[in-house]
Amino acid sequence: MKLPGFLHNWLTRHAQVSLNSLGRLYRSPFASLMTAAVIGIALALPSGLYLLTGNLQRLSTQWDGNTNLSLFLQHSVNAGEARALREKVAAWPEIDSVRLITPEQALEEFRELSGFGETLDALDENPLPAVLAVKPSAEHADAEAAAALLEKLDALPEVELAQLDLQWVKRFNAIVDIVRRAIWVMAALLGLAVLLIIGNTIRLEIQSRREEIEITKLIGATNAFIRRPFLYSGFWYGISGAVLAGVLVELAFVQLHGPVRQLAGLYESGFRLQTLSLPDVFLLLACGATLGLLGAWLAVGRHLADIEPGY
Amino acid sequence: MIRFDNVCKRYPATGDALQNVNFHLAPGAMAFLTGHSGAGKSTVLKLVTLVERTTRGQLFLDGENLSRTPNRRVPMVRRKIGMIFQNHRLLCDRTVFDNVALPLVIAGYRHQDIGRRVRAALDKVGLLGKERALPLTLSGGEQQRVGIARAVVNKPPLLLADEPTGNLDPDLSRDIMHLFEQFNQVGVTVLIASHDLDLISRLPYPQLRLDHGKLVNGGPLAQ
Repeated sequence: MKLPGFLHNWLTRHAQVSLNSLGRLYRSPFASLMTAAVIGIALALPSGLYLLTGNLQRLSTQWDGNTNLSLFLQHSVNAGEARALREKVAAWPEIDSVRLITPEQALEEFRELSGFGETLDALDENPLPAVLAVKPSAEHADAEAAAALLEKLDALPEVELAQLDLQWVKRFNAIVDIVRRAIWVMAALLGLAVLLIIGNTIRLEIQSRREEIEITKLIGATNAFIRRPFLYSGFWYGISGAVLAGVLVELAFVQLHGPVRQLAGLYESGFRLQTLSLPDVFLLLACGATLGLLGAWLAVGRHLADIEPGY
Repeated sequence: MIRFDNVCKRYPATGDALQNVNFHLAPGAMAFLTGHSGAGKSTVLKLVTLVERTTRGQLFLDGENLSRTPNRRVPMVRRKIGMIFQNHRLLCDRTVFDNVALPLVIAGYRHQDIGRRVRAALDKVGLLGKERALPLTLSGGEQQRVGIARAVVNKPPLLLADEPTGNLDPDLSRDIMHLFEQFNQVGVTVLIASHDLDLISRLPYPQLRLDHGKLVNGGPLAQ
């Protein structure tokens, strides 16, 4: 494909300036690395914590996945009616499966597990109700949908009591939500810090290249021309900081991987920590690049106008 | 090419630097701007390059009224002027080639054109073999030649020089002046601020003499 001349020219110039700026960072590796490291740590903190809470949420939805609702039926409901109700409920789209536990089965189970067999024999009649164990379908397994389903089931006339022991999952999710919000606030503050770090770095760079800026202005450079290398510097600082942040987060999660798997094993769960996905990586890089450009833009806008040539 | 029409320049701190200066430098002409230090030579050059703005009066460059030039057009005006400084003002961390190429890079020339023009300019000032050298490894005279090559590389219609021979011995000064004459012969307008009266009195070009901000002897250029 052949690009039009002016576009090709423009692209070449940008590529040159961009590489020049990168080369400038490369020539003072220690200072550049320090700046990138500060940016990296500032970006790694919120992204790491965000990833961690994301994992916690995923964990809680896994628990939601095992949700079972128990419907304790009225004593007046006989075996035939209970079976009919089971059929009816099982046909709902929200329901995956329904198991009927008759009062006899329940008593038998209780007798076996509790060891109160003889005491139970003394009873004239079975005190236990029939129970329907309801398993919601996957789409209705999360806390909110399960709660709605619970309400709907509780409204059935045959049902004495519908129970869902999800209260603690709800509380847990609420806490994770609060933590996530706090992380956003922290991310905003640290983002601001990154902005200031890059702004200050670029300010120093502008000062150290003051003579060069004056000379180029004198021989006819536009403000855009002078701005460009500094904007690219900011961009590269942001990108390298983001890359470093990604590496830090991955390293931290590698440390956590083994213990988490062990713990999950103890709970007989196949839970695995999720690390940065590809979209996460892109988001991190985009954040770094944006903050870098913005910081450089602010510094350049503020300080470049001060430099007017004289001789 | 340059026309000063009752130009006054007053600095808030030091008072009047130029008072009612009138002169006209025609296209293709060459002239010297003389006077003791502080007489206003630098101010004249600063007004032409829009480093400073006139306080009163009108200043025309190539037909454009510089008193009315908006700030965003300033770079375009400066691209018409090849500027040569007493202390060269080269970028010390770049090679001779990169220094001379700078005006072309700024103006957005194509890569191939830049190489060709830079070598042509360096050839004219006799420094073709020094492309890869850093300015600080060159002698004072050579550095000034690099400055001149940078000033002429994009073929501006006007050359302004501020004490171009200030730091050079007489032989080198004569060589530099000879270079300016060569550019003038191919049609470039040249204005040189200098107090090297010994040298310029032997050259056949008009002098604009400033004294305390007034043009005391404009010769054929006064209006």
